[in-house]
Amino acid sequence: MSDPSLASPPAPPGRLIDLRRRYFRTPVQAAISLACLGLLAWLAWGVLNWAVFSAEFSADASPETCRAGAGACWTVIAQRWRIILFGLYPYDEQWRSALACVVVVAMIVLSCLPSFWSGLRLAAVWVLGTAAFYILMKGGIFGLRQIGEDQWGGLALTLFIFVATCLIGFPLSIVFALMRRSKLPVISHGIGLVIDAVRSLPLLSILFAFAVVVPFMLPDFLQGGRLYRVICGAALFFAAYQAEIIRGGLQGVARGQEEAAMSLGMSYRHRVGKILLPQAMRNALPATINQFVISFKETSLVIVVGFFEILASGNAAYGTGEWTFAYREVYAFIALIYFTFVFSLSRYGAYLERRMAVGTR
Amino acid sequence: MSNLWRNQKVRNLFLQGLFVAAVLLIVIGGWMNAQQTMQSQRMISGFGFLHKSTGWDVNFSLLPASANDPYWWFFVIGIVNTLFLGVLGLMLATFIGGLVGLARTSSNAMLQLLGRTYVDFFRNIPLILQVFFWYAFVTRLPSVRNAIEIGPMTLSSRGVYIPALNVGGWYLFAAALALVAAVVLPLWTRTTRRIDKPREERRGMVLAALFGSLALVLALLWLGRLPETPLIDVPQLQGLNMRGGLRVSPEFSALLIAIGIYGGAYIGEIVRGGFKAVGRGQTEAAHSLGLSPWQTFSRISLPLALRAMLPILANQYIWLIKATTMGIAIGFTDFFMIVAVTINQSGQTIEAIAILMAGFLAINLTIAAIFNRINKAIALKGNQLRS
Repeated sequence: MSDPSLASPPAPPGRLIDLRRRYFRTPVQAAISLACLGLLAWLAWGVLNWAVFSAEFSADASPETCRAGAGACWTVIAQRWRIILFGLYPYDEQWRSALACVVVVAMIVLSCLPSFWSGLRLAAVWVLGTAAFYILMKGGIFGLRQIGEDQWGGLALTLFIFVATCLIGFPLSIVFALMRRSKLPVISHGIGLVIDAVRSLPLLSILFAFAVVVPFMLPDFLQGGRLYRVICGAALFFAAYQAEIIRGGLQGVARGQEEAAMSLGMSYRHRVGKILLPQAMRNALPATINQFVISFKETSLVIVVGFFEILASGNAAYGTGEWTFAYREVYAFIALIYFTFVFSLSRYGAYLERRMAVGTR
Repeated sequence: MSNLWRNQKVRNLFLQGLFVAAVLLIVIGGWMNAQQTMQSQRMISGFGFLHKSTGWDVNFSLLPASANDPYWWFFVIGIVNTLFLGVLGLMLATFIGGLVGLARTSSNAMLQLLGRTYVDFFRNIPLILQVFFWYAFVTRLPSVRNAIEIGPMTLSSRGVYIPALNVGGWYLFAAALALVAAVVLPLWTRTTRRIDKPREERRGMVLAALFGSLALVLALLWLGRLPETPLIDVPQLQGLNMRGGLRVSPEFSALLIAIGIYGGAYIGEIVRGGFKAVGRGQTEAAHSLGLSPWQTFSRISLPLALRAMLPILANQYIWLIKATTMGIAIGFTDFFMIVAVTINQSGQTIEAIAILMAGFLAINLTIAAIFNRINKAIALKGNQLRS
């Protein structure tokens, strides 16, 4: 005969009781809850009313009627979205630009899947993806018309800068981190100086230096295009920050791991590649994703050194002619694009953090 | 030969030598190439240009500036502008961040949701996009004639006009310093270990420090007031223009709003992290000792949380100061913009970049040093277990 109190757990509190406990425990709490609810509802209504209910959606409304309305004027997006997304890319070839963006998104999604988490697979995805992107954008082979980098623009250029920055910066950051923990004093101190100097400078000044100063210092045959110089600057900045993250991850690996590997007679290459880095990357993963998120947001800074990335093309989309009043719509559109990328990446990072916490508990 | 390569000492020496050689190659090669380029453009390298007058003007300056001033003075102006914007932006961001962080750690789920919405929204949009948005917003305010008036403030497309004090520049500066002292001195007298008196008996000294500094502020303002004018100058519409008051340029207000809001979202997260780091046992113990919620917060949670968040806060402050360089995108004359225009006008590229680096290094190191000092001063003494 079983004890009934053991057999059935206490019933969970009803939803109403739960609600009361969470929001209306005391009069003050109730007042705060109601005030916040009111504020949130007011905000939500304001945004919805502007963006949906009283907005103008038709693609060919004239600016005057659009302006007279109370809500958003999405006509400007309908008429100018090609400029915002593709910049000055030739009209007939813009499908290539769109396809290239899809390639980048696919690349990012693939590298978020745990089954792709090995150095080789990740490298393959990123190198192949970037190559596909480059061929699509630049053309010149497979019967695609050649289109120079100065005509790239909009979202495609933003994504290209981001991808190229990561592709150069990430391996560089591993090299930096390994050099910084090297036992050779000249190397570890020298690279430490470089990393600290880069980290203490604003990214803008580094981009500016690479765009303007480097041509002074390099012989002509080494200069390359301005776009690639700026990407190198961004990659250096990324590497300096990421190197510190990886170094933190390496410090989190127990000393015994390396000592055990040494006592087994493993070479430096194997010690680092098979023992240290996999564990360090695991420690550093949340911070690494955060760093990717930050550097994606910071690609927008290249507008200052004169590139036609998505923000600049957005400025151009509303800055000329009859749409000068429609800055809110254009910025909302661009902000939505950034938000989608950044928010999903950072949610993914938070999910990973939880998932890994389960493993180590 | 292969034996030599197997010798670890030789190998280490060789690797380090290789590294040094590579660095030297880059530096010397770059230097020589730069010299060559400069010579072909008939420019003189070196810092002699600092004493030449610039020939261009700045649109925002706290210090007197004209096109006849030398370059070094313009660099000083740039640093002062950057620091001014940076410090105001940090104060605004800290204020917003404190509110957001408190909302996110409160026990009220609705308030948490509100804080979370704020953080998620503003943190995930690039700062420069927000700067552009606010700049467009501020410059599209109604014209001066139809300006919006909020109390003594006037918002117009030409800038925000706020009441100003008719006080000489240096007196105003000294009064501002005295105002800072009015905050810092009482705190210091309350907490320092230099004064050999228990904290409970220091009340008189704290009050004396507070009121003494405040009296000094008033005295300085009174002494420095300009003759024949009211002390407070309220902006007023006269004809087509605004008279009196202080005009805050659209560039400045856009940057300030953007940095305050964006930084507030990040600092809110830091504040939340700080409170999360306070062990549950601490607050539970406080409750069980019968401390009221306010006492628990002000005596237990806040002091511990503050210590947990200070180091991260220092990094965030440095980041935000560096973010003021985005002013160049909308035309605010900060340090970076002065450097960029200098390069454009004088061609002294490498020297100007070196000055830029030195300037930011100095600012960053100063912030780091201040925070280290605070950190050390308030670090918990002893070795009790605190979790």
